[in-house]
Amino acid sequence: MALVYEEAKAKIIEFCNSKAKTKSKFYFNDFTALFPDEKGRDVKKILTGMINEEVLVFWSSGSTSMYGLSGAGKHADGED
Amino acid sequence: MAKHKTPLLDQLESGPWPSFVSDIKQEVAHRYANPKGIDFQIPAECPDDLLGVLELSYVEGETHWKHGGIVGVFGYGGGVIGRYCDQPEKFPGVAHFHTVRLNQPSGMYYKTDFLRQLCDLWELRGSGLTNMHGATGDIVLLGTSTPQLEEIFWEVTHNMNNDLGGSGSNLRTPACCLGESRCEYACYDSQEMCYNLTNEYQDELHRPAFPYKFKFKFDGCSLGCVAAIARSDMSFIGTWRDEIRVDQKAVAAYVGGEFAPNAGAYSGRDWGKFDIQKEVVERCPSQCIRFEGGKLEINNKECVRCMHCICVMPRALKIGNDRGVSILVGAKAPILDGPQMGSLAIPFIKVDDDYAGVKEFIEATWDWWMEEGKNRERIGETLKRLGFAKLLEVTGTKADPRHVKEPRHNPYIFWKEDEVEGGWQREISDYRSRHQK
Repeated sequence: MALVYEEAKAKIIEFCNSKAKTKSKFYFNDFTALFPDEKGRDVKKILTGMINEEVLVFWSSGSTSMYGLSGAGKHADGED
Repeated sequence: MAKHKTPLLDQLESGPWPSFVSDIKQEVAHRYANPKGIDFQIPAECPDDLLGVLELSYVEGETHWKHGGIVGVFGYGGGVIGRYCDQPEKFPGVAHFHTVRLNQPSGMYYKTDFLRQLCDLWELRGSGLTNMHGATGDIVLLGTSTPQLEEIFWEVTHNMNNDLGGSGSNLRTPACCLGESRCEYACYDSQEMCYNLTNEYQDELHRPAFPYKFKFKFDGCSLGCVAAIARSDMSFIGTWRDEIRVDQKAVAAYVGGEFAPNAGAYSGRDWGKFDIQKEVVERCPSQCIRFEGGKLEINNKECVRCMHCICVMPRALKIGNDRGVSILVGAKAPILDGPQMGSLAIPFIKVDDDYAGVKEFIEATWDWWMEEGKNRERIGETLKRLGFAKLLEVTGTKADPRHVKEPRHNPYIFWKEDEVEGGWQREISDYRSRHQK
């Protein structure tokens, strides 16, 4: 079943918010687990769309990358 | 005049080797003098404060860098690595000290005007300090602030026709040897293949969706100038499947001392007369070479393509004509599970213009690893955890004796139903017709 962008986006935002007390950044695999019947590449397209809309932001340690809701948790401004 | 006293760093300069401390001090002096009157977009004191914070770390035995962040350029999940100093009042020049990785040209060929542009850009918008090249091969620009990132990205992509490199859980910047551009041993055009796959997999380079980093490296032959077999999750190593070409007259010339062995390398001391038996025949790892009656013979069926003989007598022995690549999977450095060399997955594949067969293998491998790999698990670790046979299964690769590294530890063979004629369902009467109760 193909993913519908708006539905998938809502599910991702809901998931991030539900974990907001303990986590602000998520691995890519956390999102593929939300859509077990879908290919990872299709989930990636949704995430890329959300990055381009600035709903999500990338976080990188340099070796590992994560995704988080824009403005959630520690971020560059907060780290100054 | 430097701001900070750095006795511990100064001591590092006293050794016999070129020192990064001396290089940074040179940049400190250059920025304070500012002979070109550059309007530095990050503090002129940046390299000076870098020395200061490093000295402090040496004194205290603790780092003062904070790790990671959300810095990047719009839409890219890699290429910029956020670094912040946790002593910004003491060292304001390095309060932000982000690294920018740029995709290096294949084979690292540069035009001088490109290097000038790069240096001018980095003096204006960065610390002036670079690392040519990082372990992955990228051009590494060390130290800039968040507001400069988009400016640098615009300049690099629009005026220098270059792109950011990889970092994070992405495909990292692919790297290759200089291949057919200069090397007679190259079995395929490693630069072209590197360039083609870099363009093909842009999305994987810039938008992280892997469990962890993934590296491609392309060696034109098994001599491995970019050490693909040890440093990349997927290594492409040039090889051939016909015979080493032998010029017996040239062999005789090496034996007679007319040609210098190893193309004249190792000539710094007298190694004595060239001994083909000791230096070539007995050095062959699969013992497939014979030199008798002035004639060199190679049992090509047993040859493992190590190329030692070719290196010793390059005018007499040449790589075969039926060329392609071997693909190995799973090499990595020792972060989680110890270092690993790559395991041979595809012994030989021809490389054509569109690399269709290679791409099919790459994508099947990624699909499997993206699904099965744990967070921060390199594919070499996934292979170890789930077994090499699984990789062969998911990529549709037929098992081959060349895949076997050592005898099995487990004496049992567990067949799958589709591997057994008739599956699990059998007529008992048929069985009983041949076996009594």
